[in-house]
Amino acid sequence: MQNIKYILFGIPFGILLTKAEVISWFRIHDMFLFNEAHMYLIITSAIVTGALSFLAIKFFKIRTLDKKEIVIEKKELNKGTVIGGTLFGIGWAITGACPGPIFAQIGAGESAAIVTLVGAVIGAYTYAVNKSRLPH
Amino acid sequence: MENIFGTWHWYIVGPLIGLFVPLMLIIGNKLLGISSSFFHICSIALNTKKFSEFGYKADSNRWKFYFVIGIMIGAFIAEKFLSTANISFLPESYYSFSGFALLLAGGFLVGFGTRYANGCTSGHSIAGISTFQLSGLIATISFFVGGLIYTYFILPFLG
Repeated sequence: MQNIKYILFGIPFGILLTKAEVISWFRIHDMFLFNEAHMYLIITSAIVTGALSFLAIKFFKIRTLDKKEIVIEKKELNKGTVIGGTLFGIGWAITGACPGPIFAQIGAGESAAIVTLVGAVIGAYTYAVNKSRLPH
Repeated sequence: MENIFGTWHWYIVGPLIGLFVPLMLIIGNKLLGISSSFFHICSIALNTKKFSEFGYKADSNRWKFYFVIGIMIGAFIAEKFLSTANISFLPESYYSFSGFALLLAGGFLVGFGTRYANGCTSGHSIAGISTFQLSGLIATISFFVGGLIYTYFILPFLG
């Protein structure tokens, strides 16, 4: 039940994605064509802000709201990072949406994005079933 | 006021998106991420126990499911109440049989690829790199390699 509060955090995230048009196929296309800096500036400034915040958390030993030590989930580097990452990149360029924006496109009334979501869930399922057979 | 209803500037949106990294850590000791929500939808659709046999831990990812519901509501609010014009986020051509087929295939690659890579733009590019993880950087380079392959070598031949 304590997870329900994350709806409240998702709302501003969805507003930001939509109002910056990060969820637009045209913006993603222009990014891959290097036609405009918009997407690069958003991603880079998000990373810089995140990194400075992370350093502040380390430096000031900031704890979670319930006073626990903050532990960063380690994301393993393996063949999947490169192979899966490249496949995702192709899908991103086709659909104009990475996972968050798929949900945002649907919310913003772009009904064709429901097809994208169905594809993504089938894709995730296909990966789960074949995980042990794929190179990692 | 015009600014609020138009496209928001990168220097407002980028840093605010970045702040979700410390926010999620402080609120719930969680690393920002979204693509695991696809697994969660699988686990709801199939039944949690069956899907957990594939190694999916529903309890630690359930929050992402609620987070994406919030994203959907937020996008609805942004489009309905914070925009003056109706913006198209997808090309017209996607509203056709061949367009749906392309979106289904593209969606498949998004779901399969992000899970295979263990993260997406938020989990790897933003949360991963900003917590200084090499996998985040390698993943992000791979995302762009894939995007550039489609944009320059596949899309021009689709007509």
